[in-house]
Amino acid sequence: MRVVLAEDLFLLRDGLVRLLEAHGFTVVAAVDNGPELSRALSTADLDVAVVDVRLPPSFTDEGLQCALAARAARPGLPVLVLSQHVEQLYARELLADGSGGVGYLLKDRVFDAAQFVDAVRRVAAGGTAMDPQVISQLVARRAAQDRPISRLTPREKEVMELMAQGRSNAAIASHLVVTERAVAKHTSNIFGKLGLPPSDDDNRRVLAVLAYLDQGAS
Amino acid sequence: MSVRNWLLAGVRGLGLAVVAIAGSVTLFVLSVVSIALTVIGVGAITTPWVLTAVRAWANWRRSLAAHWGGVRIPAVYRPFPADLTPGPLGHPRKTGLMLRDPATWWDLRWLAVDMTAGFVTALLPAVLVCYPVEGYVIAAGLWRAFSHHGEIGYWYGFVPVSGQLSALGAALLGTVLALVGMRINPLLLTAHFRLAGAVMAPREVALAARVEELTESRSDAVDTSAAELRRIERDLHDGAQARLVAMGMSLGTIEALMESDPAQAKAMLARARSDSAEALTELRDLVRGIHPPVLAERGLPDAVRALALRLPLPVEVTGSLPGRAPAPVESAAYFGASEILTNAVKHSGASRLWVDLSYDGGALRLSVTDNGRGGADPAGSGLRGVERRLGTFDGVMAVSSPAGGPTMVTMEIPCALSSPKTSSSSATDS
Repeated sequence: MRVVLAEDLFLLRDGLVRLLEAHGFTVVAAVDNGPELSRALSTADLDVAVVDVRLPPSFTDEGLQCALAARAARPGLPVLVLSQHVEQLYARELLADGSGGVGYLLKDRVFDAAQFVDAVRRVAAGGTAMDPQVISQLVARRAAQDRPISRLTPREKEVMELMAQGRSNAAIASHLVVTERAVAKHTSNIFGKLGLPPSDDDNRRVLAVLAYLDQGAS
Repeated sequence: MSVRNWLLAGVRGLGLAVVAIAGSVTLFVLSVVSIALTVIGVGAITTPWVLTAVRAWANWRRSLAAHWGGVRIPAVYRPFPADLTPGPLGHPRKTGLMLRDPATWWDLRWLAVDMTAGFVTALLPAVLVCYPVEGYVIAAGLWRAFSHHGEIGYWYGFVPVSGQLSALGAALLGTVLALVGMRINPLLLTAHFRLAGAVMAPREVALAARVEELTESRSDAVDTSAAELRRIERDLHDGAQARLVAMGMSLGTIEALMESDPAQAKAMLARARSDSAEALTELRDLVRGIHPPVLAERGLPDAVRALALRLPLPVEVTGSLPGRAPAPVESAAYFGASEILTNAVKHSGASRLWVDLSYDGGALRLSVTDNGRGGADPAGSGLRGVERRLGTFDGVMAVSSPAGGPTMVTMEIPCALSSPKTSSSSATDS
C-alpha cells in the first residue's frame, strides 16, 4: 500500500515512516511543507495520504487545505489528517463531500501503533476514522438538545460512539468483548431509535450516524 | 448638495436653538438655586438630582455633536466610589463629590455659554434660511402690506422697501444671504458644537482624561497578563511537568524491573504511556487557553465557529471580515466572545444563540444575541473582565438586556485589517 506522508517535525515524520514501513506500507513521498504536499498529492500514485494539519510555509491549516483541494480534484482520494488538536469545524469540512475515505485523528493516536495502522488501512479502503474526541464532543452536544439520543441505553451509546469513529461490527465486538451478533442487534436498535435508514455498508452507516450527530449543531 | 445641507443645518439649528435656550436656562437656574441651597442643607439632597439631569442633558448634546457635527466631546466626569450609599441617603456625600469634580463646573459654564453664544450660533443657520425666504415673499407682493404711497414701510436688512423695485432689491439681498448660508450653514453648526466642546472639556483636560484612561487600561493589561502567566505556570507545574516526572520515574523503575519481573515492567510501561497521553491532553487544553489553534490557523470568524461548535446550545454564526485583525485584537475578541457565550449558556436560560461579526468604519464588531430571560448585569465579573480586556485596545462593550430578554452584547474594537494571505474555505457552515 502506497502512502504519501506530510509532517514538518523531523522526528515525528521519521517515526511515522518507520512505523508505516514496519507494517508493510510503502512511503512514496515524505514531505515537510504545503507546496510539496500539493505536488505529491496531484502527481504521485498513492493509496492513502497521511497529512499534518499545520505545515510550513504559513504554519496555519495548510495541510488541511491541501488535502481538501486534492480531494476536490480527485474525489474520494483517501486522506487521513493528523493534528495536535481536533475541531468539529475541520471534521465537517473533511466529511462535507460525503464520499468517505476520510480520517481525522489526534497525533496522540500514533502511540497505539496497531490502532493507528488499522485506521490508515480503513481510510485507504474508503472507510472513515474519526477521533473519539470529535465523536464524544458531538454526542455531548447532541445529547444536550435531543430526545432520541437520551433514549439509547448506555451500551447502545457506547456502540454508537465506536461506530461513528468508523469501526466495523467485528471491530466493535472485539473492543467491547461481545459477539458480533450482539453488536448487530445494538446497531439496528440505534438506527431504529434515531430514525436512520438501516444499511449494511460500514462506511454508509458511519456517515449516517455522523450526519445525525452533526445535524442541528450549527 | 449644498442646498440640502443649507436647509438641513437650518432646521437642525432652529431645533438646537429652541432646546438650548429652554433646557439650558432651566437647568442653569435649577443648578444655581440648588447649589446655593446647600448652605441651608436642602441643596445637599437636591443637587445630585439636578446635576445628574445636567449631565444627561450634556451627554445628549455630546451625542448630537458626534452625530450631526462629527465633533467628539469626551465626558470627563469622575467615577463615583463603589461604596457610595444609593438613594437620597448618599446624596450629601455625592453632592460634595460632584461639586469637587471640575467637570461639574465646566458643565455649568457650558450651560451659560449654551444659552447665549450657543443659542446664537445655532439660530444663525436658521436665520440664513428664513430671512432669504422672507426677502422673496416681500418681492412677491408682501411689500404692499407695509408701504403705502411710496413711503418706506419696511427695512429688509439695509434695503428700505418702498415699492416693487426696492422689494426686488430685497429679493436680491435675500439671494446673496442664501448663497452665504449654503456656504457657511454647516460650518456654523460645527462651530456651535466646537464651542460646546471647548467649554465642556478643555483640550488639556480631555488629554488628561485620556492619559488617566490609558494608565488604567495599561495597568489592567499588565495585571491580566501577569495573572495569566501565573496561571500558565501553575498549570504546567501541576500538570504536564508533574506527569513527565512521573513518567521518568516509571521508566527508571521499568529499567530496573526489566530483567527481574518482566510482567510488572510491562504493566508500568502501559502506565507511562497513559501518563504521556494525559500530559498531552493537559498541554492541549493549556494551549487552547493561551491561544486557540484555530485562531492561529484560520482567524477570528472560523475560531468563533469552532468555539460555537463546542457549546451545548445551537449557535448561529454569521458575517465575515474582509481581512485579518492584528493578532492581539483577534485574541481579545475571541476570549471576549468566549466569555460572553459561556455566560449566556450558563445564566440566560436561552435555547439559541446568534453571533454576528462585521467590520465597519475602522472597527471590528462582534455581537452575541440570545433568546433568554434577559436581565444580564454588565457589572458582573465576567462582563467586567471582557470590558477590561477590550479597554487595552480602546474597545468598548455595550449590553442590552431588558428583563424578559433578549440579551444582546456587542463588542467594538477599533483596528486595521490586513488583507488575507489565503482565503479560508469556510463555506461549509450549514
